[in-house]
Amino acid sequence: MYSTKIVKAENSSAAVQAIGSSKEGKILAGGMTLIPTLKQRLANPDCLIDISSCGLEGVEDKGSSVRIGAMTKHAAVAESSSVAKAIPALADLAGGIGDRQVRNRGTLGGSVANNDPAACYPSAVMALDGTVHTNKRDISADDFFKGMFETALEEDEVIESVSFKKPEKACYMKFPNPASRYAMVGVFVAKFSDGVRVAVTGAGEEGVFRHSDLESALSSNFSEEAVSGVEVSSDGLMSDIHASADYRANLIGEMTKRAVSS
Amino acid sequence: MAEVSLKVNGKVENHEVGENTLLVDFIRETVGLTGTHVGCDTSQCGACVVHVDGVSVKACTMLAMQAEGSEVTTIEGIGSSEKLHPMQEAFHENHGLQCGFCTPGMVMSAIELVSKNKSPSEAEIRDGLEGNICRCTGYHNIVKSVQAGAEKMGG
Ligand SMILES: Cc1cc2nc3c(=O)[nH]c(=O)nc-3n(C[C@H](O)[C@H](O)[C@H](O)COP(=O)(O)OP(=O)(O)OC[C@H]3O[C@@H](n4cnc5c(N)ncnc54)[C@H](O)[C@@H]3O)c2cc1C
Ligand code: FES
Ligand code: FES
Repeated sequence: MYSTKIVKAENSSAAVQAIGSSKEGKILAGGMTLIPTLKQRLANPDCLIDISSCGLEGVEDKGSSVRIGAMTKHAAVAESSSVAKAIPALADLAGGIGDRQVRNRGTLGGSVANNDPAACYPSAVMALDGTVHTNKRDISADDFFKGMFETALEEDEVIESVSFKKPEKACYMKFPNPASRYAMVGVFVAKFSDGVRVAVTGAGEEGVFRHSDLESALSSNFSEEAVSGVEVSSDGLMSDIHASADYRANLIGEMTKRAVSS
Repeated sequence: MAEVSLKVNGKVENHEVGENTLLVDFIRETVGLTGTHVGCDTSQCGACVVHVDGVSVKACTMLAMQAEGSEVTTIEGIGSSEKLHPMQEAFHENHGLQCGFCTPGMVMSAIELVSKNKSPSEAEIRDGLEGNICRCTGYHNIVKSVQAGAEKMGG
């Protein structure tokens, strides 16, 4: 790891200030993505801004939505009784990320900011019509994710929390890569009174995306048969050592069926 | 360089270290406790698992400065050669190790697992040890050891 400096921010405005006064400062949340990257010398920030003391942890039930602090650990979301009651699929998703030690450190904000194409949380933010709350503004899920590892976040913008709308019913089905536990394909299906949202992670060349054909089929008929009637195209899907685009396209249909029938 | 102060196995450790020092290097090289191992550089193997304020973490994926003010427990802190921790005893009695490289991490993860679930099933143990890789045993005896350890710990 290159040498660097560490600043512990007391609140998010102090964190923003520290980024401003650094050359290439980076926010350090759980470190489960950033530290491996630094160890491999794939990044060389002159300063790491530790936001663990900024008071960004916790779960709040807002009636029609659930708002979760950016620094809330995956393990805390998995074990939260209010998340389990309001959106059990979200608690399940958090409990299926990586392994116990990754969940003990990794955070919601870090996962969303990083927008890894195989990460689990981005699919929940999209399918649950989420909103990313930063120190500057509120960004809707559909405007937030901009492609592989790309988001709408500006250099000096800190995610403070994320809101998820409560669905009538939802389920996340992941086909995990057996070695890394990341999603080879993950499908988050959420049924609302005005329609169904389907977000796919692990598969798209541009990262997480909504599948409009599956959404319209399921909005008119919420059943496995409706999924069978949709031909999932492999256009724009990733092919890599783990799986071909065709295989991933097939998994999208399969995971969607499992999510619908669960 | 920066000053880091934390407790390791109950003892205050106050040292001047590089700000990019990993917790695992602080434990092994600064404090001199080499029971915590490093088996990979991808945060996947779990040989480095310690407890920070009672929570299991991969010490290779945390900076020493992130543990400032915390209580760290390593494999050396849970028992001694004269009086093993019940989980260590269970690994010993059930042949839960061969080369032993993964064992400190396995034991630290297993202790946290049992602290949350007093009598875990085989599936719960396998799931709970997802972050610990063993290249020798094939896991069967590790699962048996954790079950026996849970019983000894009062499950
Ligand atoms: C072995 C292993 C297995 C894993 N398996 C999975 C899996 O199955 N599914 C999955 O989804 N993920 C998985 N992960 C990733 C894990 O969920 C990470 O915790 C997560 O991607 C990043 O969160 P973090 O808190 O560790 O962020 P960090 O590593 O601290 O930061 C990641 C990036 O986000 C930025 N950032 C962090 N917080 C904020 C914020 N509040 N505002 C703005 N920018 C911010 C940082 O500057 C950095 O660029 C795995 C990781 C490991 C090591
Ligand atoms: S050394 Fe492999 S996970 Fe820490
Ligand atoms: S006993 Fe050798 S790696 Fe587990």
